[in-house]
Amino acid sequence: MSEHIEVGNKKIDVDEDGFIQKWEDWSKDIADYLAKTEGVNEMSKEHWVVVNYLREYYTQYKIAPMIRLLLKETGKRLGQEKAVSNKYLYELFPSGPAKGACKIAGLPKPTGCV
Amino acid sequence: MKGRKDIAWKGVRKQRIDQWGHIKPIENDFLLNPLLLDIRGSGIERKEYYMADEIKKRKTPLLDELEEGPWPSFVTDLKKMAEKKPKANDLLGQLELSYKEKKGHWKHGGLVGVAGYGGGVIGRYSDSSELFPNVKAFHTCRVNQTSGWFYTTEALRELCDIWDKHGSGLTNVHGSTGDFVFLGADTDALEPCFSDLTKAGWDLGGSGSDMRTPSCCNGPARCEFACYDTLDMTYDITMTYQDELHRPAFVYKWKFKMAGCPNDCVASIARSDLAVIGTWRDNIRIDQSAVKEYLDKGLNITSDVIMKCPKQCISLDRNELRINNEDCVKCMHCLNVMPKALRPGKDKGATILIGGKAPIMEGALLSSVLVPFMKIEKPYTEFKDLIERIWEFWDEHGVSRERIGECIQRVGMGNFVEAIGLEPLPEMVSSPRDNPYIFYEEYLEEGEEEEE
Repeated sequence: MSEHIEVGNKKIDVDEDGFIQKWEDWSKDIADYLAKTEGVNEMSKEHWVVVNYLREYYTQYKIAPMIRLLLKETGKRLGQEKAVSNKYLYELFPSGPAKGACKIAGLPKPTGCV
Repeated sequence: MKGRKDIAWKGVRKQRIDQWGHIKPIENDFLLNPLLLDIRGSGIERKEYYMADEIKKRKTPLLDELEEGPWPSFVTDLKKMAEKKPKANDLLGQLELSYKEKKGHWKHGGLVGVAGYGGGVIGRYSDSSELFPNVKAFHTCRVNQTSGWFYTTEALRELCDIWDKHGSGLTNVHGSTGDFVFLGADTDALEPCFSDLTKAGWDLGGSGSDMRTPSCCNGPARCEFACYDTLDMTYDITMTYQDELHRPAFVYKWKFKMAGCPNDCVASIARSDLAVIGTWRDNIRIDQSAVKEYLDKGLNITSDVIMKCPKQCISLDRNELRINNEDCVKCMHCLNVMPKALRPGKDKGATILIGGKAPIMEGALLSSVLVPFMKIEKPYTEFKDLIERIWEFWDEHGVSRERIGECIQRVGMGNFVEAIGLEPLPEMVSSPRDNPYIFYEEYLEEGEEEEE
């Protein structure tokens, strides 16, 4: 019962929430495709800062960073002195950092608690 | 095929006597039916049994057991809803299967939500959607409840109408966090449902690592013991921390509960990370004429009140009740037995307790005292300042999935209290030290010489 998306000519397996199943499947095209499903019409420079950081962090630690760290690092990479606000992240990714940004970055689904 | 089914449904008739002595015939008793005995291994029979599309009513012998007895049963409610909602009908089927196979059929996790919010919706997917297509997605929406759970009937109808339109129609009123819970929605239904809710003036509650929807007892609206306005404070805190409620950024969940008096009807001490329990610091007010009335009516004050006082600080002197308030631990027993004669003092406020939690990652904890007495008055500035200092500390030092209670245990109460800028007090000691090997460090002031 696997679900999939089609980007270009490639079929990519996703879970029921639309998270891609294989880390290696990810590409910039797929990120663009997934962005549209998450209410991000155009991936701006700021979007890529967040997505690239998530991917770097995941490559190193095999886990998504905590929100606080993400806010700090995003602020730093955007050349600000302070961390960006959580609200700003929701302006970039309407469905939020866990659902939106992580999905676009091709990270596995964060195991949230209820 | 039809013949086989008939045999299966007919089963072996037997009779049973329930707890009131009524004889109840049992049809299709599952355990006595050889055809249905082993459904786990045989896919076909299992499918036939549960894919009951042509059979309007599902056979649920195990769930039926839950309807026995004098109490209301959620199974009865489910069956009622199943007549009009396919989602509820499939839920019945899946639950029956779960009881049969002794195994839950919800997948772990699920991440869904509405735009702009990180919390409020909890994803649920069935692992048996080929058998129960209508519960393939069965998401939960938490709707922020009213303070003290006061609704007009219009409000309740409005909520139920919205949910009938967008979801399974099943609700859980209320969930243990306090929210008005909508059970069972498809992913596509979430945004329209949210939009209808907000149009009607409702909002989603909290979920995930955020501030969960604060909740409180009836407070001064119904109860003479309330020592502060729990309803107003809960509303105020909810509105002040909307960002923390809707956009999870904490290391783990955070629950507030406001209880008006030490009776703690919302069980804040066990079920919240930060409990605000109403109390007073002067003397219990005694109406001696009402005491006399209780005596005249035959209340045995000595055995029912005085002997039950845990601190033995009450006495009866020629029909006059005396309380040694210095020894009182605010157990509320005497006030509960004689509500007409005894009232909380006039100098009211609250005790702030911290660290309660249920056992998920670590064992259960009860809250312990953080601030023995705080005046609770609008706009709650002192309280909010304290909360923000605690959150800052927890953000900085808490590790992922660590409740504040566990965090305090790890860093030590002394360090925690120092970090949030509170003076250590004897009331903060939840239990005396039981380790006899105590090492007292000598702290020397700068410039002071060691003498010996």
